[in-house]
This record gives sequence, C-alpha cells and structure tokens, in this order.
Amino acid sequence: MKPILEVQHITKQFKIGAQQERYLSLRDLLANPFKKKKNVDQTFFALNDVNFDVYPGESIGIIGRNGAGKSTLLKILSKITPPSSGKIICRGRVASLLEVGTGFHPELSGRENIYMNGSILGMRKFEIDKHFEAIVDFSGIEQFLDTPLKRYSSGMQLRLAFAVAAFLEPEILIIDEVLAVGDAEFQKKCLGKMDEVSKSGRTVLFVSHNMETVLQLCDRCILLEKGTVKKNGTPSETIDYYLSNQKNQDEVIDLSNVIRTGSFDLKQNARFRSVKLDNIDNAPWQIKYKQTITLKFEIDVINDVQDLEIGIAISTISDFEIISSLSTDCKKIENLKKGTYSFDFVFPELTVLPGIYKIGIGLRSDKKMEDYLKEVGQFEILVSKSSSDEKANTRKGIIVPKNIINRS
Amino acid sequence: MIEYVIQAQNKFSLGLKELWHYRELFYFFTWRDVKVKYKQAALGVLWAILQPLIMMVMFTLIFSKALKVSSDGIPYPVFALSGLLIWNIFSNGLLNSANSMVTNANIIKKIYFPRLIIPMSAVLTALVDFFFALIVYALVLIYYHQNVIILKLIFYLPLGILITIITTFGLGTFLAALNVKFRDFQYMIPFMIQFLLFANPVLYSAKAFTNPWINALMKANPLSSAIQLCRSVFTGQEVDWLAVGTGSIVAILLLAIGIYTFRKTESYFADLA
Repeated sequence: MKPILEVQHITKQFKIGAQQERYLSLRDLLANPFKKKKNVDQTFFALNDVNFDVYPGESIGIIGRNGAGKSTLLKILSKITPPSSGKIICRGRVASLLEVGTGFHPELSGRENIYMNGSILGMRKFEIDKHFEAIVDFSGIEQFLDTPLKRYSSGMQLRLAFAVAAFLEPEILIIDEVLAVGDAEFQKKCLGKMDEVSKSGRTVLFVSHNMETVLQLCDRCILLEKGTVKKNGTPSETIDYYLSNQKNQDEVIDLSNVIRTGSFDLKQNARFRSVKLDNIDNAPWQIKYKQTITLKFEIDVINDVQDLEIGIAISTISDFEIISSLSTDCKKIENLKKGTYSFDFVFPELTVLPGIYKIGIGLRSDKKMEDYLKEVGQFEILVSKSSSDEKANTRKGIIVPKNIINRS
Repeated sequence: MIEYVIQAQNKFSLGLKELWHYRELFYFFTWRDVKVKYKQAALGVLWAILQPLIMMVMFTLIFSKALKVSSDGIPYPVFALSGLLIWNIFSNGLLNSANSMVTNANIIKKIYFPRLIIPMSAVLTALVDFFFALIVYALVLIYYHQNVIILKLIFYLPLGILITIITTFGLGTFLAALNVKFRDFQYMIPFMIQFLLFANPVLYSAKAFTNPWINALMKANPLSSAIQLCRSVFTGQEVDWLAVGTGSIVAILLLAIGIYTFRKTESYFADLA
C-alpha cells in the first residue's frame, strides 16, 4: 500500500533578524535599495530534514517541547506556509484544524457562522446543509442559533467551532491541540468524536502536549526535537523515550543562549542566566516526595532595572498550571544595578503528588516584560519503592494538603 | 485519487481549477462583509443608499452651484451620480481589497484556501453597494425626467461596470500583495484614491481638458472610459470607442500585473502577515 503522506527532507528556516522587525518599511528599502539588510545572516531552522511516511487509516501523534517545530510542520502540511526545501506528496484531501473557529465573526449569528466556518474549512454548502442539524445538535447551542456570536460565552463558541469541524470529511485530518480547551465533559465528547473519526478509517495527524490523549487516540507517535524527528514509533515507546530523555537535563540549565520565543515584546534589560534545582535525589532534577524544593536562579542585569519581579509557573505535563508564584507576593526586590544576581525560590510546602512537572519563568520590571521562558525544564518528584508513601503513585489529583484534619 | 505535491515554490500558475473548487467561498466572504458592514448601524443597509445620495448633494452644491462646472448639458446631479456610481465601485473596492489580506490575517495564518478569493470578494462587496446605489440613481432619473436609451442601458452600462471591476481587481490584488509586506501602503492608499477622484472625470466633463497630453492620458485611463460609457446612456453622446479600447487593454494589463504579483508572493503571506 502506498503511503497517503510522504514527507521528504522537509526543511523550514526563518531569518531571525528579519522576524523581529517583520514589517519591512518601504523607507528602509528606498533609503538603501542596494545595501544588504543587517541581521539577516542569522538563520533559525524550525524544521531540519524531517522525513516520515503516513499510511491510510493511521492516527499519528506528534509530540515535542515548545519550539520543537510541531506547529510549523502542521502549517506546511496544510499548505499555509511553504517549506524552504524538501517536498511532501499527498494522496488525499487534507483538512486542517489549527485553531477552533477560524473565520468566526462576532457580529454574525451562530447559524451564519456555521456556514462561514464550514466553507472556510473546505466544506461545500450542500455538505453543511446536510449536516446542519447534527452540527447544531452536537454543539448544544440550539437556543442561541440566531444570536450574534459576540453574546456567546467562550465555551459556547468553542463547542460550536468543534461541532462544525467534527463533520469535516477529508481523507486526512490535521489537528493542533484544539482539545486543550473546554470543560471536562466537552473534552470527553471531543475525544470520543476523534476516536470515531480515526476508527472510521480516516488518517489523523494530531499534535498534543497531552500524553494521555496521544496514548489513547494514536497508533503511532513522532517525537520532534529542535526541528528533527527524534523518535518515530508506537505511542508508548515514543512517550517513554520523550519523558526519560527529559530527565537527562544538565544539573545547571544554561539559559543565556536559549532563544526567547513567545509573543511578548521583551526588553531584556535583565535576563535569566541559569536555573538549578537544589536538594536533588540521585539525579539532577529529581527530588523526593514531600521534600522542600529550592530553585536557584542567576539573573544578569544588563541595564539598571527598577522593581524587578520574578515569576515562576509550575505546570503538570499536560500544561495545566498549578502554581503561579510572583516574587512580589513575598517581598520587593530593591533596584538592581548592572551585574549578576542569584535568587532562591524555596517551596517548603509544595506538596504535590509524584510526577513530572514543568517550570516556566518570567521577569518583569516596572510594567515592562524583560524576559520570558515558557518552559525552561522539568523536574520529577519520586517516591522510593519501599517507603510508606509508595501508594502516592496511584493517587489522583495534584495537590496533597497538609494538616487539614483535626479531631473535634 | 487526488495526488499533489507540496514544495518550496511551484511554477507560476493561475490556479483556476482550485479557484473553481472553492468558488462558494467568493459568495461567503462577500456575504459576510456585506452583512457585517451594516450590522450595528441603526439605519442598516439604508446607508448604502444614503451614501451616494449625500455625496451627490454635496458635489452638486460645490461644483454646480458654486463653481458652475459644465455637465455636458444634463442636470448636474444626474451627471455627478453617473460618475460616482462607477467611482464608488473603484474606490471602495480598491480600499477593501488592498487591506483585505491584513484584515483577514488571522484566517490566512490558520487555514489554506486560494488566497485570491480574499481581495476579489472584497471588490465584489463594493459591487453589492453599487446595486443599492443604482436604486437611488433610478429615482434621480425619474425626478429629472431624464431620457434613457434602453439599448445603451443594456450594453454600455454592463460594459462600463466590467471595465471598472477588472481595473479594481488588478490594482486591488496588486496593492493587497504589497500591503502584506509593506504596511506603508495602508497609509498611502487613501491619498491615492483622493487624488484619483479629482484626476478622473467623475465630477467634471472629460471635455474640460484641452491639453493633448492630458487627453491622451484620459484615453488610456480605463475608469475614464467606464464613466463615459455609463454617462452616454443618458446624454445620447457618442462614446469614444478608441478610448474604450485602450482603456480596456490597460485594465486587462493591470489585472495581469496584479494577479501575477499576488500569485508570486502569496505563499509567504502567512509568514509575513
């Protein structure tokens, strides 16, 4: 059987200099028509020689850290942006869902938006007509069908958007983490629908941070790292590899050369230089359950900053933020002169269940964003086999509060 | 079975087959823009009728009453409105389509469909307004007891509209493509349109010029001949077919340049927008 998708040597590069000031101004061009633009020599490979085949009927999960190139790959597959080199052979109609509700307009009614969204997704009008009842039924917004979308709650908008997408009938369906939103009940409904889609023999490509969903839905999983395919195998194989690989972080993570992505306009008067976890167990970034967690940061101050605020976010592996901590919650940091400073964040009562947690950090000075890293690394909380806490491994939830019971 | 290849830069093609496949999107985009345009206005779609009416009154006061501009022997309101009908397709269409890629950037970045649909349906939106304005025109014609030559109405008016649309498509797609890369055009276009309003015989007669160079330029100007065609329906004046011919050629040339530029650069819109 021929593959339905053949991805061959796909490479996508961006010019970093050009990306930062991406609105070229005509003035620059007119002023220096012959002079080469500065900063363009720095190129960044979002994807570098990616190869894989997809066979009809397969559902494939694509995982990887932020910035590994997952979204770029999906954009190339759905023809939104062209690759810099390489080619993809497609043998079927592709529909992509990189966002829920593309083309939704707040002024239009629910009914009108179903048609607008459906046709942008590539459905013909008669197809939408045919599924209209079912779409409305699935979304559960019947009463509000003729209300403008701007009066909908975000949950309702989402349900409507997914309902339209659920009735697409392409041979290849490309989905980017659209399930990361919505309430639990609706997520379950979406997962059920997706399962149904993949069981019906259609090919599904699915990008996710949620390992459980990948395990549940996919028959194969591809791990992307820094724009290359690191692993291509069964979901459990790939996920194990991914998670265990994450543990092999250096004891001190050097952040000075990490490229800052994300949509913030960073001033970078102060920057994170490194981060390190103290009181480690037997390997870096592993600590025992119920132990104090100490995160040590080094911060380079390049220009004097006022009222510096450090923010830390700790999230679960499925990107659910459980702790959002700001230095200003505890004390104010006095004005800092140029130099390197270190700060410790100590969480004595961080009693979360065993598992892998991710760390995100940010720096802000009087109202300006200085530095931001969505995911600097992860740590694992472990329970030793013989300890009395062993059954903590099987418990659900995240937080384990202390001293909450009193005999009265 | 469909089989196609995604790669760096394909050879240049018009992509007509794809456009045909997505033909319904023309309708949906136009329909959305028309719907949204008048949605929160208390007078709603009445604005489509009021706008040309107000413009007509305004220009009549200035050009006819104050400046005494000649209007080829027909009442000035009829004269001005015939020019404004064509002019509004062009100016609204151009403004809409030149900004269309930027205003629809969120869609472009998330989904694929032939991009040409966006600037083209932006022009079609302006055409919808034109049909409303036509109602005003009919009323004005009745009010002034203006004779209409039916045969010319059937042939000349559609021809004039066609030339206008081709011109607007051409310039609109061209500017839409450039606007993605250079946002400067966003600021330049309103001035350009204002200038063109006075450079075209919308509010004055094309015969006002005696300079042979300007006359030659008017012959090459597709809008000028479109306006002439539209006007001759009521004045009974003969149309300068040479001007219509050269104007049409220029219009088609503009369309070719616009579509070529657009197709050449469209694959990078998602990276730039």
